[in-house]
Amino acid sequence: MTAVDPDYLRHQTAVCPGCAAGPTEPVKDAPTEARLAISLPTIHCQACISAVERGLNAVPGVRDARVNLTLKRALIEAEPEMRAADLIPVCEGLGYEAHELDLTALSATEADKAGRDLLLRLAVAGFASMNVMLLSISVWSGATDATRDMFHWISAAITFPAILYAAQPFFKNAWSALRVRRLNMDVPIVLALVLALVTSLWETTLSGEHAYFDAALTLTFFLLAGRYLDHRTRAVARSAAEELTALEVPRALRLRDGVEEEVAVSDLREGDMVLVRPGGRMPVDGEVVSGHSELDRSLLTGETLPVATAPGDVVSAGEVNLTGPLTLRATAVGEETSLHRLADLVAIAESGRSRYTSLADRAAKLYAPGVHILSALAFLGWYLFTFDMRTALNIAAAVLIITCPCALGLAVPAVTTAASGRLFRAGLLVKHATALERLAEVDTVVFDKTGTLTEGQPELVNLDQIPEQDLAVAAALAAGSAHPLAQAIAKAARAANVAPAAVADLREVPGFGVEGHWQGHRVRLGRASWLGAPISRQTMTWLDLGSGAPRGFGFVDALRPGAAETVAALKASGKSVLLISGDSAPAVQDLAERLGLTDWQAEAVPQDKSARVQALSEAGHKVLMVGDGLNDTAALAAAHVSISPASALDAARVASDIVLLGRDLTPIHAACGVAQKATRRIRENFRIATLYNVIAVPLAVAGLATPLIAALAMSTSSITVSLNALRLR
Amino acid sequence: MSVISYLIPISLVLGGLGLWGFVYTLRSNQYEDPDGDARRILSDEWDDHPRP
Repeated sequence: MTAVDPDYLRHQTAVCPGCAAGPTEPVKDAPTEARLAISLPTIHCQACISAVERGLNAVPGVRDARVNLTLKRALIEAEPEMRAADLIPVCEGLGYEAHELDLTALSATEADKAGRDLLLRLAVAGFASMNVMLLSISVWSGATDATRDMFHWISAAITFPAILYAAQPFFKNAWSALRVRRLNMDVPIVLALVLALVTSLWETTLSGEHAYFDAALTLTFFLLAGRYLDHRTRAVARSAAEELTALEVPRALRLRDGVEEEVAVSDLREGDMVLVRPGGRMPVDGEVVSGHSELDRSLLTGETLPVATAPGDVVSAGEVNLTGPLTLRATAVGEETSLHRLADLVAIAESGRSRYTSLADRAAKLYAPGVHILSALAFLGWYLFTFDMRTALNIAAAVLIITCPCALGLAVPAVTTAASGRLFRAGLLVKHATALERLAEVDTVVFDKTGTLTEGQPELVNLDQIPEQDLAVAAALAAGSAHPLAQAIAKAARAANVAPAAVADLREVPGFGVEGHWQGHRVRLGRASWLGAPISRQTMTWLDLGSGAPRGFGFVDALRPGAAETVAALKASGKSVLLISGDSAPAVQDLAERLGLTDWQAEAVPQDKSARVQALSEAGHKVLMVGDGLNDTAALAAAHVSISPASALDAARVASDIVLLGRDLTPIHAACGVAQKATRRIRENFRIATLYNVIAVPLAVAGLATPLIAALAMSTSSITVSLNALRLR
Repeated sequence: MSVISYLIPISLVLGGLGLWGFVYTLRSNQYEDPDGDARRILSDEWDDHPRP
């Protein structure tokens, strides 16, 4: 990583390098080819595909390059010594933004075996049910005697193998639930399928009138459709989340006998000398051996201001080096780093989340025993009434099939698919299955400050008090540094159309500032102590034109776009909004006043944050936590539901239920609305499904249900439920 | 009614062909990049002969 663009770093690379950076790579013996992946976020049409493929294929060493437009990614097979870093300039030369992707982090996306498996079963169930339905319709239209028997036999011949193959997921789930003596939604499904098949076969051998082959297949088809939708939503979210992780490739520069070599972070050992260039993230915990610089620790502690560092200082994995190159001696690597130990806190807090029972589970808990009791009673009643095993079994099967949770199985996935799709287009990635339901209940929102409500990027505030000449010199000096305050000055100068002055001999004094020569004077831009300026509470940097009277440049942390609107909208919808930050009190107070927040807490350590969230939860509030740093992860995991921006550390993103993909915060408020609507739709769907049962079950218990009525009730309820869900899009 | 003895096998075979076709497309990764495939048809790059 040579280019230093802190903005890019904050918003694009966000993996915690301390987490040993993914799985340890397997030992490879002489690879014959390299597989590389490049993310191309700006490609959008056929011309882009052609240009990139032609460009990449023309590079010597590339064997095959193929662009996937859906994933906005290029996959390249190349000679083993090829590096993705060699190909990035090629794509950028063609005019496309390109980032290297870590293929090991993408592994799960590559082969979506489970999804393909479900789709195959769905296709078989669909094929079989259409064929059997054709035969069944002939029977319902009046086929009798030998014709009816033949149709039933053919249906049986199609149905048995089809169900044996297609319904396997239900068999497996039901078995694993029964083995631990539990009931889940799949137990009544399997019971209905088995009972329907057995009674239908029995009826067929006796040349009976009622066979439920078509019902068993349609049931399987609708239920598989629900499962597939559910899986698909989850897979899309997972692949997008993986892409975020894969964007930071875990590599580090190791110094061995004075020679730099690029190695995987997982290969670093204690005692290794590691070089961290400006803009790079610390891969390990360590001690600074040489170099002066400043560190951005905002992701770990929430502090906005960079901290100076010098030889002998201790640094932690995850901090970002800002100004000068640093050489570290690694004192802790991989899982030993403080970053990783902090991330472990999350696992403890996570258990609180699993206590939430989803609407579907609550429905299943009522439903499963109810159905079993109902059909057992129907069987018993009819058996005692007629002493005819065949009639009683037939009616019990009819009850089970009619009550079967087709609509219930579709009710939740259809709605969450529609809602997640809508939120994804708005820039929110819903990772957790029950996140929407939980989001709908939220009444308290807790925000982190740095990196969440603010950009973590300073913004010059006293531009109007600075003479143009001073600004021109400051801009020239600032161009020599990657320090966030310097960048802010350069940006403000550009915005004010002030051209940098001609400053010669630019030299960065790491940890202090930048100096140079301008019109024969030594000019300096840097921290107060270096220039002998008064120390103030505000974030300031100072410019000395050689006169000995430094001029101050004041900064505030820039708000994220949409922050003010989001806070206002959340308050307007009756939610209480809190601000808890690890930053100093004046900075937090200033931001709270700008946003009109009265409830704020400063200098909070991670434990304070999660304790506050837990206290709110115990007081009966449903808390939405929005945060990005490692110091937020425990609070994110402890909250009822949590959101983190894509620029957050990997650990924070993993701990949260929803990831905000863009920089704008406004989708958060929209998401609350969508979540409430989605929950309302789910409840409506349950009501629709219940209504159908209330009408159809008495018919079934009374022995009046025919396979035609069963098929009608099942299909209509499933279709109504799906259409109702589509209203959400 | 003897026509049924032709029609039923025919309908089964046709349906089976459809199913086989779907399984084939699924197995040969044809649903990996729907957006890209929709756009690629506009390219004249491999119009003369298929990509080797």
